[in-house]
Amino acid sequence: METPIVEIHDVAFAYNGETVLLDVNLEVQQGDFIAMIGPNGGGKTTLLKLILGLLQPDRGIIRVMGRPALKAAPEIGYVPQDVHINRSFPITAIDVVMMGMLAPGKPWRRQTAADRREAMAALDRLQVAALADRKIGALSGGQRQRVFIARALVTKPRLMLLDEPTASIDTKGQAEFYKMLKALNEDTTIVVVSHDLLVVSRYVKSVACVNRHLHYHNQAEITGDMMEAMYPCTVEEVCPVELVAHGLPHRVLKDHRG
Amino acid sequence: MIEALQFEFMRNALAAGLLASVLCGIMGTLVVVNRIVFLSGGIAHAAYGGIGLAFFFGWPYMLGALGFSLAAAMVMAAISMKAKHRADTIIGVIWALGMASGIILIDLTPGYAVDLMSYLFGSILTVPRSDLWIMLAMAVLVTALVAFYYKDLLALSYDEEFARIRGVPVKALYVTLIAMLAVTIVMVIQVVGLILVIALLTIPPYIAEKHAKSLLQMMVGSSVLGALFSTAGLWLSYRYNLTSGASIIMVAGFAFVLSLLIERMRMWRGANASP
Repeated sequence: METPIVEIHDVAFAYNGETVLLDVNLEVQQGDFIAMIGPNGGGKTTLLKLILGLLQPDRGIIRVMGRPALKAAPEIGYVPQDVHINRSFPITAIDVVMMGMLAPGKPWRRQTAADRREAMAALDRLQVAALADRKIGALSGGQRQRVFIARALVTKPRLMLLDEPTASIDTKGQAEFYKMLKALNEDTTIVVVSHDLLVVSRYVKSVACVNRHLHYHNQAEITGDMMEAMYPCTVEEVCPVELVAHGLPHRVLKDHRG
Repeated sequence: MIEALQFEFMRNALAAGLLASVLCGIMGTLVVVNRIVFLSGGIAHAAYGGIGLAFFFGWPYMLGALGFSLAAAMVMAAISMKAKHRADTIIGVIWALGMASGIILIDLTPGYAVDLMSYLFGSILTVPRSDLWIMLAMAVLVTALVAFYYKDLLALSYDEEFARIRGVPVKALYVTLIAMLAVTIVMVIQVVGLILVIALLTIPPYIAEKHAKSLLQMMVGSSVLGALFSTAGLWLSYRYNLTSGASIIMVAGFAFVLSLLIERMRMWRGANASP
């Protein structure tokens, strides 16, 4: 068996004395497509940043592709939450994508026409090539998200970490978006943080519930029990409205591929 | 303006204004997009402590101001990296302490009184040639450094976390940025005063940011705008016998208000065009 892409052993992390993550263990295998779910403040984003090496765990070990976390970070395609990005910044969509081509330790490497073509191809793959020369602040939330994904793609990542990528995309767009991720999953391992667990469960291979602790489920199954264990509130309160409206039970079938 | 240029002091003043515009256009762009205007103000005011120190001990002016500002800037940089949420408070404290210690030190220096006004508004009309050469050297150095690290600075300014992931040495680069800023501020203060430094660091980049599609465009645009403001301001000060530093700032301030009005009009029209 191949070495896991991410190994997390007994990790704990506290922020300003407040425990965010405790006794977290996880092995992400090559080719997995994990949905990371859990309540706000449950530690999902923190866990992604630990994997990237942007944060250091207080206890425990994190190894990515067999290396210490930050060392492997250039091989990770990271799509951050939209909220942090400065909207009025003078930068075009294509220049954001080209940022993904920064080579460690080579500040003076010139950007070539080939780089530009590659960046255009990535934008094209996400159907936003026409917006390449528009300022990033002038794009809609969904378009901007696609640009960030293109930026992650040009890093030629072995692992992609996406933090609530569908927050500003409508329901129809979300389905398309996850189909696209599923296609990417053919050669890339993916971890996606999401709130819309029922949308996501149709596409992913496994689910990790993060709420201080982490529970990994090696199948795209979300059960009522599981959700009650993870969330402080009742199942009805966390379930997306459409599920209740469709009158389906609070259970997603194990396999929808067959 | 042409007749004014027959005087050497006017030629020097014009050159000083243009060099300050380029320095402030480049560094001001980075200041505005990184939102470190307050930190720049802190460096500029803390520099006064260095000036006081230099006078008190009889050191050369440049040594005192540059050393003290760099030290204060490094403390501010360290705090803004380690404790972001408290950084503005601490910068405010350093700002006030630096200024106060400068004034006390000058009080204690026997037989010499520095005119605070010339420090605040500079003395662009009495810039000696030697200072112009130092400014030129600094402008070349800053331009070269920013050009070399352009892509890294862009990534750092736009998305620091992503820059770290791509292996950009974010901390070292940030410290370099703040050090370049401190050097720029001290250079330009000596010539045009601390109020004009803050004005040139913020107003041209603010106007340029709206129309620029890249950091480079914003830097060039800011430098050109700064040059226009300082030339127009100098002409006004010559023509109507006004304080030169303040005239330049008034021109810049007028342009700032004008750009806000134009933006409002556009938004208003845009809102009416598509009901």
